[in-house]
Amino acid sequence: MVIKHRLDNNILYVMLCGELDECSSKYTRQTLDKLCETGPFRQLVIDFSELQFMDSTGIGVLIGRYKKLKDRGVPIYIYNPNRTVEKIFKMSGLYEIMPKLV
Amino acid sequence: MIDNEMKLSIKSLSENEVFARSVVASFCLTLEPSIEEIGDIKTAVSEAVTNCVVHAYPKSVGNIEIGVKITGYLVTITVEDFGVGIEDVKQAMQPFYTSKPFGERSGMGFTVMEGFMDSVEVSSKPGSGTLVTMTKEIKRVKE
Repeated sequence: MVIKHRLDNNILYVMLCGELDECSSKYTRQTLDKLCETGPFRQLVIDFSELQFMDSTGIGVLIGRYKKLKDRGVPIYIYNPNRTVEKIFKMSGLYEIMPKLV
Repeated sequence: MIDNEMKLSIKSLSENEVFARSVVASFCLTLEPSIEEIGDIKTAVSEAVTNCVVHAYPKSVGNIEIGVKITGYLVTITVEDFGVGIEDVKQAMQPFYTSKPFGERSGMGFTVMEGFMDSVEVSSKPGSGTLVTMTKEIKRVKE
């Protein structure tokens, strides 16, 4: 897992590159938390364009970050997941709390 | 289509998840599945193996036996562990149910398996282990 990020116009963009499963979840969780602590931003956009694989472990990771940012009033948006990842998002109802950017 | 079969034995390490799902997906390639079908199989296998790593052997490393059988265009995948087992399978298969609510677990593992495969059967005996059997028919005519 490689995690790229940039801050633009007070929006934190994070790009997940690789595969998100139990093995990479700890690193993903810790890196996202570290990035979220860096400074003030009004939105977090998670870009899934370069994420080749994710299982339901990823849902747990995302909901964990959602709970933390919710207290700060910062919404999370999902961008460009592949078809299989999208199926997991729809199945879990994740889009109800983290809308998809179109 | 020639009937085919393979078996794989791995240790319950999360590092083996990518290996397990990739091997199973590769074995199914002779059926010429679509990208979506391969994604479904990879995800379901990853869920089953993750359950073994996280739940079956919570404090130790044990063995996971994975089997794949191809009969015509039907793929049957078994994932078996010899760990702690599941007390209440029906409850474990409920969406969002997790026995580890403080571990940021989604409780979606079995739900994803059921959504991505045609059938999922779970048999478990507390103290002896769990066997997950999943099937998926690969479509001959692609959309």
